Amino acid sequence: MGIFEYAPAPESRAVVDIKPSYDLFIGGEFVPATGGVFKSVNPATEEVLAEIGLASDADVDRAVAAARTAYERVWSRMPGAERGKYLFRIARIIQERARELAVLESIDNGKPIRETRDVDVPLVAAHFFHYAGWADKLEYAGYGPNPRPLGVAAQVIPWNFPLLMLAWKIAPALACGNTVVLKPAETTPLTALLFAEICRQAELPAGVVNIVTGAGETGARLVAHPGVDKVAFTGSTAVGRSIARAVAGTDKKLTLELGGKAANIVFDDAPIDQAVEGIVDSIFFNQGQVCCAGSRLLVQESIQDELLDALRRRMGTLRLGDPLDKNTDVGAINSAEQLARITELTAAGEAEGAERWSPACELPAQGFWFAPTIFTNVSATHRIAREEIFGPVLSVLTFRTPDEAIAKANNTPYGLSAGVWTEKGSRILSMAKRLRAGVVWANTFNKFDPASPFGGYKESGYGREGGLQGLEAYLDV
Amino acid sequence: MSDKDKSAKKTAAPAKAAAKRTAAEVAAPEVTAPAETATAQATARLTVRKTYKLYIGGAFPRSESGRSYEVASADGAFLANAALASRKDARDAVVKARSAFSGWSGATAYLRGQILYRVAEMLEGRREQFVAEVRSVEGVTEAAAAAQVDAAIDRWVWYAGWTDKIGQIRSAANPVSGPFWNVSSPEPSGVVALFAPERPSLLGVVSVLAPAIAVGNTAVLVAPDSAALPAISLAEVLATSDLPGGVVNILTGRAAELGKPLADHLDVDGLDLAGIADADFAVELERAAAENLKRVLRPAAAPADWTGHPGTTRLTAFLETKTVWHPIGA
Repeated sequence: MGIFEYAPAPESRAVVDIKPSYDLFIGGEFVPATGGVFKSVNPATEEVLAEIGLASDADVDRAVAAARTAYERVWSRMPGAERGKYLFRIARIIQERARELAVLESIDNGKPIRETRDVDVPLVAAHFFHYAGWADKLEYAGYGPNPRPLGVAAQVIPWNFPLLMLAWKIAPALACGNTVVLKPAETTPLTALLFAEICRQAELPAGVVNIVTGAGETGARLVAHPGVDKVAFTGSTAVGRSIARAVAGTDKKLTLELGGKAANIVFDDAPIDQAVEGIVDSIFFNQGQVCCAGSRLLVQESIQDELLDALRRRMGTLRLGDPLDKNTDVGAINSAEQLARITELTAAGEAEGAERWSPACELPAQGFWFAPTIFTNVSATHRIAREEIFGPVLSVLTFRTPDEAIAKANNTPYGLSAGVWTEKGSRILSMAKRLRAGVVWANTFNKFDPASPFGGYKESGYGREGGLQGLEAYLDV
Repeated sequence: MSDKDKSAKKTAAPAKAAAKRTAAEVAAPEVTAPAETATAQATARLTVRKTYKLYIGGAFPRSESGRSYEVASADGAFLANAALASRKDARDAVVKARSAFSGWSGATAYLRGQILYRVAEMLEGRREQFVAEVRSVEGVTEAAAAAQVDAAIDRWVWYAGWTDKIGQIRSAANPVSGPFWNVSSPEPSGVVALFAPERPSLLGVVSVLAPAIAVGNTAVLVAPDSAALPAISLAEVLATSDLPGGVVNILTGRAAELGKPLADHLDVDGLDLAGIADADFAVELERAAAENLKRVLRPAAAPADWTGHPGTTRLTAFLETKTVWHPIGA
């Protein structure tokens, strides 16, 4: 160990109790799935964590029916103030069990404990706390004097922020008076099932929250179910498209948070050290498995060498390894399938002539790992500049003028997020105005807050989650 | 009316045409000749008819296909040969709408309001013409036609006043828990394709068009069948109201023919299906729109009441929310 090496500082696993098998959560009870089982794996070790119930079509039917009953008999009739109190209770229990949730999330997802502990779980609690307060104030939200819930919401969420995406979906739905059937991602069901226990501790009325685990077919069955009134999905643009087709011609209200290929634009007057930190946050946070990741770095030509030298130095200090180690910056890739996609796209980057660089970085022998990587000499036509890689891979392009930066940044079918780094205020405002993206981070990146609406333009989907705007998705307006 | 009925009418039309009044003659009833005798015919002034063409990029071209279709009055009389827009016309219109988007969405809300109010002034000036046109295509009483035109003008004024207010009611300074300035504000979705209902012919077109462009979108509007006549007269109003060319493009013809190319078009960001009466066709178009995640306004399940208060649904249907973050520090 060199003098600047760190001793291991692992967070204890003792705080979580992973059961050998998990059932579905329907009508307030844990009930066995009738479609078989699948396994959830720790991506850092490939250890099988538990057997998870695979919801059959009949199970999905039962969950939707339970949600409908709870909607009609209890939740839609309950005064908003009482609904809000349940959500406040849930927020408090999440805070009380925060460490347990953070450790479990890191084990099931592979993301560093530093992120689950300091970002994911605090945001989850904040989200429930924020929407709890909305439940009895909906008539002040600007959607009319008597805003009504939609009914039963079908919610399908991804594996990159399992519990946070659950909170983004469930908190506003319940605050507005809807009941939900939520399907967590196949590779990360454990925190959603722990959340089911939290609902029981909170004594949430049976059927208000139902959780069905399974794979893509389970989600497809759920969103196409004739008994649901609202569909909310976060995930890939390809699946988002198929859901939009599936709900065509129905009365279902649809919101979609899909892929991205965000430009992070650095001007020559940007403070280099802050920009480098921002670039690291933008593409290596959560191993780059973030729909709003700043996966295209657009750097002004005159500072390219200086910025990239500083970025390479900084990347050399990133610590990749055990997600439960409190010093870890870069954890495991969530699945073998995702690792294969990252590997395939980066190989395409090299084959198309871009120049690849990673810091010296030893990868653990077991598990799914990918070293932080940057590509230079990237052209706008390369696959790594156009397709969402969803991994710790940055494509570097250059520009000379603000107009060129805007043209390149907007030259994508996506429009989820963008970043701008410059000390010039008027330039920030003009860039922010011209970037066709739902979230623009200026001199910062990858910041999230329950009061701040999140969602995309163009093929990054429609609807917003968070804040006042996030209520609209769950109200009949 | 099916296509078969229309083609049958087209064949029979020339024989009837001479005895019937054209739209232009209806619009100027004081000069209509009774044509009872050859003498009267010989001395009466012949009405100058209007050629109804498309409105694309600020110009009035015929359909590139060279096709037209007969528009008849409610009682079957020949009114005009309107241009029958093709899928190529639709693509051309999208190109023009896209070119106009940056200027129109970037114009100040005050300027957009001034221009839209100017449109209302021009509509008012041509009120009698629109009343006559609506009367002839819909076969309604003069009072009913006048009521529709008045409602359309008033609706246009209502939307003109929204341009610099929608941004305020849909914006927010978000109290995030950290040292950040964080503001959300609405922006237009981009190029939208609008299918106007055939009835009410003028109020329907105004009701789908005005809100879409008030918030900064640019539009390709399909005015089906006989709604073509008031829609193209509206285009003449738009062309003389300082509205930049390409902000509104109007295609006349068949929604059945233009629906798929516009719903499929990857440079169209939004789709208003108000005028698609065939439920199965509306579903087909909504499915096609999923390819690039167009924002879709589904047709109303029950026949829509276009005379009722419109609310803000159509203003917000093609709006995005942009949220900007910046650190607060010394």
